[in-house]
Amino acid sequence: MTAPLLAVEGLVTTFPIGRARVPVVDRVDLAVGAGEVVALVGESGCGKSMTALSITQLVPKPGRIDAGRMRLAGRELRGLPVRALRAVRGGEIAMIFQEPATSLNPVQTVGAQVAEAIRLHERVGASAARARALDLFESVGIPDPAARLAAYPHELSGGLKQRAMIAIALAARPKLLLADEPTTGLDVTIQAQILELLRSLVQDAGTAILLITHDLGVVNELADRVAVMYAGQIVEEGARAAVLGAPRHPYTNGLLRAMPSRARPGERLAEIPGAVPAPGRWAAGCRFSDRCPLVFDACRERDPARRALGGGAFARCHALEGAP
Amino acid sequence: MLAYLVRRLAWGAATVVGVLVFLFWLFFLYADPQDVARRAVGEKAPPAAIAQWLANHGYDKPAVWNPAAPLDTRLADHLRRMLGFDFGTSDADDTPIADRLRRGLGPTLGVTIPLLAFGLPLALAMAMLVAFFRDTAIDRAGMIASVLAMSISMLIYILAGQFLLAKLWRWFPISGFDADPAVVLRFLALPVAIGVASGLGGEVRFYRTVFLEEAGRDYVRTARAKGAGDARVMARHVLPNALIAVVTNVSLSIPFLFTGSLLLESFFGIPGLGAITVEAIQANDFSTLRVMVYLGALLFVAAQIAADVAYTWVDPRVRLG
Amino acid sequence: MAPAVAGNAIAAAVAAAGAVVAWRVRRSAYRRERAAAIVRRAPLATAVVALYAAVALLGSIAWTDPVAPGTVARPRSLIDRCFPADFGERSYSAPLAAAEFYGGAPLAHPGSHLLGTDILGRDVLQLALGGARVALLIGGVTSALAIPLALLFGVTAGYYGRRVDDLVFFVLSTLASMPSLLLLVALVMVLGRGTFQVCIALAVTSWVDFCRLARGETLKLRELDYVQAARALGVSDFRILWRHVLPNLSHLVVITLVLTFSRLVLSEAILSWLGVGIDGSWGQMIDQARDELARDPIIGWNLGAASVALFGLILAVNRVGDAVRDVLDPRTAREHA
Repeated sequence: MTAPLLAVEGLVTTFPIGRARVPVVDRVDLAVGAGEVVALVGESGCGKSMTALSITQLVPKPGRIDAGRMRLAGRELRGLPVRALRAVRGGEIAMIFQEPATSLNPVQTVGAQVAEAIRLHERVGASAARARALDLFESVGIPDPAARLAAYPHELSGGLKQRAMIAIALAARPKLLLADEPTTGLDVTIQAQILELLRSLVQDAGTAILLITHDLGVVNELADRVAVMYAGQIVEEGARAAVLGAPRHPYTNGLLRAMPSRARPGERLAEIPGAVPAPGRWAAGCRFSDRCPLVFDACRERDPARRALGGGAFARCHALEGAP
Repeated sequence: MLAYLVRRLAWGAATVVGVLVFLFWLFFLYADPQDVARRAVGEKAPPAAIAQWLANHGYDKPAVWNPAAPLDTRLADHLRRMLGFDFGTSDADDTPIADRLRRGLGPTLGVTIPLLAFGLPLALAMAMLVAFFRDTAIDRAGMIASVLAMSISMLIYILAGQFLLAKLWRWFPISGFDADPAVVLRFLALPVAIGVASGLGGEVRFYRTVFLEEAGRDYVRTARAKGAGDARVMARHVLPNALIAVVTNVSLSIPFLFTGSLLLESFFGIPGLGAITVEAIQANDFSTLRVMVYLGALLFVAAQIAADVAYTWVDPRVRLG
Repeated sequence: MAPAVAGNAIAAAVAAAGAVVAWRVRRSAYRRERAAAIVRRAPLATAVVALYAAVALLGSIAWTDPVAPGTVARPRSLIDRCFPADFGERSYSAPLAAAEFYGGAPLAHPGSHLLGTDILGRDVLQLALGGARVALLIGGVTSALAIPLALLFGVTAGYYGRRVDDLVFFVLSTLASMPSLLLLVALVMVLGRGTFQVCIALAVTSWVDFCRLARGETLKLRELDYVQAARALGVSDFRILWRHVLPNLSHLVVITLVLTFSRLVLSEAILSWLGVGIDGSWGQMIDQARDELARDPIIGWNLGAASVALFGLILAVNRVGDAVRDVLDPRTAREHA
């Protein structure tokens, strides 16, 4: 098996809450192969966005990365000098964010913002950058691209803004795209278009995508592999069909059963009892233990380790230890 | 755009009229004309002289409503004259107010324009520096210095500045003014320097907050994710967005220039509008004081309208229509 | 006798208000926690403000001793009573000096004027301590006038909207467009020189900003679901304003109170310098000491004492104001949690 494009091992990102530093990303291991789409799934507040920000080392203060290794094509990202890190950002790993309305500079034209992305990584003149920006706009499906280059973000619809964001992200031809909730907040029809755009990226340009989302429908559409996050930890990962079709971890199971599409009319929606604990207020031992239907003594005493389940699947669960 | 401007001008006009009516009420209805007359003519003056003074200054007409001739009232007079910039004569020494204003305008501008021209870029630069080094020792030192600087009264700045820079170290003259272009800078330097220094504390704090707020926004995160460095982010992303707040702040502080120069001119003997105002206060010269307040309000209204226009240049989301 | 009675009444009112606030804070765990957070963020500054407040309070409680018939009885405050009754000299004397500054004649109380005496021979320390009373009076009485006024107009404008809002907005614009210092001076010149008149003038020039703020907040609060529900249920407007809108503005009141306090005191200093301030204030001390630095040898203790006293209070209040805003302002409270 070829080495993955992105290999994250033991990533720990902490934030000060009260007087302690709480690991909102706790010993996360992730791998994304070239041209692969890996979905990082979880509820709000589970740490998935922070994982993405940690990869590009854009964790907002007062958070910081306390431990872990992150290798991109074999090169360690932590400890890179600032210049090299900036070359990686945008040049090799690009990010798109959830709210295109606030993620674009309101006083600059979108054309200028794309041109900036280009010129940060390639030595080209202004007109060459503009020509390339035009190409990018076309390739992300923005109609009338020449006119749109001169538009300000507030003059574009939500879907166009997100396409512009993607154009900005692709400007320097990155190998990996971190997409943080790219379709949340958009109309359903626009969502489908954006997903289609992302899919074509993978197929045509071979861009790998780490797709962060809480929408299992989106995961189903796009992902090759799925990692499920809960309370800062990855509790299950594996091939999409396996994780979504036959989940091993009780949390994944609960999530899937709670999907409204799975409910029968007239039936009460299945739910996971309790609520997601605030960071730092996790249960002792396994963090899911206070909500888990399969809980037993070992769960409350020890945090389960990440175990391989064969076939590229991993999970953290005491109930699965010893299972084939 | 034109329709908006017209609306704003209408608002401005209404506000100015409101100010004039308020001033009229304050000075003419609330204050007793007899007192004013007595102060001007002299406490022991005969009643005839007082009556004459009152007639000369228009105090003998009915105040607001005259059944005989609706427009021949003190209020109408007041409005007509102020709006026509016919300021009459000072209560204190009967000299025409307009003349004195014309002579005082130059020196005042000589203080306030450099004050703005030096003070604003300096405050912005220091705020950017402090915001750039956010949460480091530089930031903390800067913030402590700002709070300390803000807490010192302008009077102390002036007295200390005069004492240290003029008396002790003799870098500048203590006070005085000579419009001769060869030496005028020497007389303006100290008041401008002290004016800038006294305002820096509050300004740096304010702009720092603005910069930090902008720096925390999502589009800055996007810029960083593109690979932009801190300097570029500050200059190309944060600053242009912060200009909106800068325009607002500057437009609101134009009146401060007017009053801040009051103290500066008075202490440093600069014969500008501020000095005229201080003399008016000390001489109980209501006429001049009235005119000063009116002009200040005019200036403020003009500054607000100018700010609205400036917003369209600075923020593409603002469309005046 | 009148100033003494007024001073005592104000002191009593302040003490009562303080007791009410303290009781309300103690009763609510939320408020206790907020107060504790504020003190934690600026412990030294809070202590300094409390010290100034204590001095001010002590300086407000005054009464006249019975005197021999034929002599003028002046009320003496608790602060005054820390000093001997006839503590004045003839003119300037340096701190802890035994002789007058000019001429070298022996003093009536040699060595006991810690900060020297001023041009009229008054003890500078006593004056400086007395200035605290005036400063807190300015801040307190002015705010007591301005804040209810601003709340009344702002909340009414925000809640009822349309015409009322337009009218209030017009009044605010008109007042705001006049340079505040000039308006202040004009008001004082017309109203007359007196403590209460100066406070009224200060209130008129400082209520505008808070009124705008209150109006903005009320506009937001009016759209909240539970307010709309209450209106739908037919709850009277007054009840809604009293029970739902006003309590939600209380944090704004506290922030505004503290943040404008220093501005008010500094404004009064300038008024004093222009000759229309309040007797006994530090501003007046600074004004009277204006030309002392130009003398040779310089006389610095008078100006120095007033400046330091003024600076100390303003700095402490600014620090406390920052802490209050950090803790109470919902926009920034999250970052500093």
